[in-house]
Amino acid sequence: MDNVIRRRTPGARLARWSLYAVLIGMALFYLLPLVVMLLTSVKPLEEIRAGSLLALPQAPTLAPWVKAWSEACTGMRCEGVGGYFWNSFRIVIPAVAISTLLGALNGYALTKWRFRGADLIFALMLFGCFIPFQVVLLPMARTLGWLGLSTSTAGLVLVHVVFGIAFTTLFFRNFYVSIPNELVSAAKLDGAGFFRIFWRILLPISAPIFVVSVIWQFTQIWNDFLFGVAFSAFETQPVTVALNNLVNTSTGVKEYNVDMAAAMIAALPTLVVYVLAGKYFVRGLTAGSVKG
Amino acid sequence: MSALEIRQVRKDFGATRVLKDVSLSIDSGEFLILVGPSGCGKSTLMNAIAGLEPVTAGEILIAGEDVTWRTPAERDIAMVFQSYALYPSMTVRQNIAFGLEMRKVPKAEREAAVERVADLLQISPLLDRKPSQLSGGQRQRVAMGRALAREPKIYLFDEPLSNLDAKLRVEMRTEIKKLHQRLGTTIVYVTHDQIEAMTLADRIAVMRDGHILQLGTPEEVYNDPVDMFVAGFMGSPSMNFIQATLEGDAGAYRLAIETPESPRLVLPWPAARETPAMADAVGGRAVLGLRPEHFSEEDLRLGDRAEGTLLAAKVTVAEPTGADILLRLPLGDGEVTARVGPKASIAAGEWIELRVDMSRAVLFSPDSERRLA
Repeated sequence: MDNVIRRRTPGARLARWSLYAVLIGMALFYLLPLVVMLLTSVKPLEEIRAGSLLALPQAPTLAPWVKAWSEACTGMRCEGVGGYFWNSFRIVIPAVAISTLLGALNGYALTKWRFRGADLIFALMLFGCFIPFQVVLLPMARTLGWLGLSTSTAGLVLVHVVFGIAFTTLFFRNFYVSIPNELVSAAKLDGAGFFRIFWRILLPISAPIFVVSVIWQFTQIWNDFLFGVAFSAFETQPVTVALNNLVNTSTGVKEYNVDMAAAMIAALPTLVVYVLAGKYFVRGLTAGSVKG
Repeated sequence: MSALEIRQVRKDFGATRVLKDVSLSIDSGEFLILVGPSGCGKSTLMNAIAGLEPVTAGEILIAGEDVTWRTPAERDIAMVFQSYALYPSMTVRQNIAFGLEMRKVPKAEREAAVERVADLLQISPLLDRKPSQLSGGQRQRVAMGRALAREPKIYLFDEPLSNLDAKLRVEMRTEIKKLHQRLGTTIVYVTHDQIEAMTLADRIAVMRDGHILQLGTPEEVYNDPVDMFVAGFMGSPSMNFIQATLEGDAGAYRLAIETPESPRLVLPWPAARETPAMADAVGGRAVLGLRPEHFSEEDLRLGDRAEGTLLAAKVTVAEPTGADILLRLPLGDGEVTARVGPKASIAAGEWIELRVDMSRAVLFSPDSERRLA
């Protein structure tokens, strides 16, 4: 519901309509790459060569999608990106779950069981948000080697968890800071301990920030390329690396439609996550700042 | 044996000493109120009793047992918080039963306890609601219900009524008093509202800057304050402090008040209330403490009692409250508030003759602010 009183002069109306026109124009401009990708991915190669980027497909086909999924060559192999798509899930799901849960525990401990140096530790963890990935490539490779996790899925999960904790801790810490301490005091007097209070009192009210953390981590880890390319082998490569290989493998003609279909496949999970949970994402991001 | 004993408790936050060797002892079944302005340490003391804050030094004993280093759960205490602190994801029923559940009380007993408490506080229809669906007063009741479900050794109330509106606050105040009379529980209650303190307490501890200034019954604290702070803090409108000079000698002390226009006012100090300390203060300044109700319209309450000294003044403001009229009048170098009956039809600018009841007046030293007599 509109709850603002506006001036109703013709000039004001004109200004408002132009505002909307500009906004819609910008939205369309932002949507353009996606539209081009989608259109290209369902066109046969001849149409791509002949027509313009924005032309609608004359003979739509899903063949490029099928090829991208199961036949296209990614380097030496020609099995499509399908296998790597599942690889990504095998990395992303445990990494998101573990980093989010650890972030929640950290945030809880940093705000509700304050100890000497809690602020310093939080500041240091924040610092982790600003470390560029490239800086840690070599030390991380050594560490994974020592741990015997080189090129394994578990190793990649570990890397993503370590990097993700900084962000998830930040999210949960800022969320729990806004939860009254008296809630925890009351539970303490009622006889509940550290984990019981977390599990029974705080977790049930943490849904908004969980959504934020999960979306953030899912997007970050799913879209990661650098760690994926550095710390994986053929069998454990995530889909982003496979996509890169697919696009860079040239066997004669450049198949733009297959490239686009593969890129769409690689981008699809994050898109789905945003569409399903985007509403909660925005709500969760602002949850701490506004009461109610 | 006392239900709660606090011995020389000290609490530092960094370099700030919030509690300065506080000692206190509460009998079983007693209703003790900690009152004071914000920052006086009353909430810190409460948290120390609950075990939510470790103390820097000193001991806390509950029912004779040293609990200084026990966790809140081990102390067998229940607390009602200012924000109520109801668990948002649980129903009222689950909220009330949570403490029992944590203490592994069998389900049947938990349910019986919830029923008992719900009956007592008349919240049975609310049991399956979430806290967000309750009004402020209902939340307050649930918070009390949660404390009452267990039968702990001590109940702590941390400003439980300050989030309610004025009318509800008075109602709940009466209910808490009834509950205490009925259950005979030991209660420590923190408030900054001196009326709550006066109406509820068996004993009041007035705190300031981490000290207990005075510990006594509401009557003692009100009628016999140890210093100007306690005298000014308790009572509303607060006590009038009038600059005066102490004259005369034992048996016939007088207080002389300089008034700008009229001749100076001399009030005889009742011989029955003389103290040895007054002898040293003769000739010096003293602060006379008079509560608004120590003034009364001529011939209405005091008749011709000897202590009553007549005073005529021009009213600057008249504030009818319905039950009384509060008058502001010039006296000495300042203004005082007098409370007169509602029948006195007085308007600003009019002259009134008031009698001062010196038998209840108190006298302070202006330097130390402590009682002279």
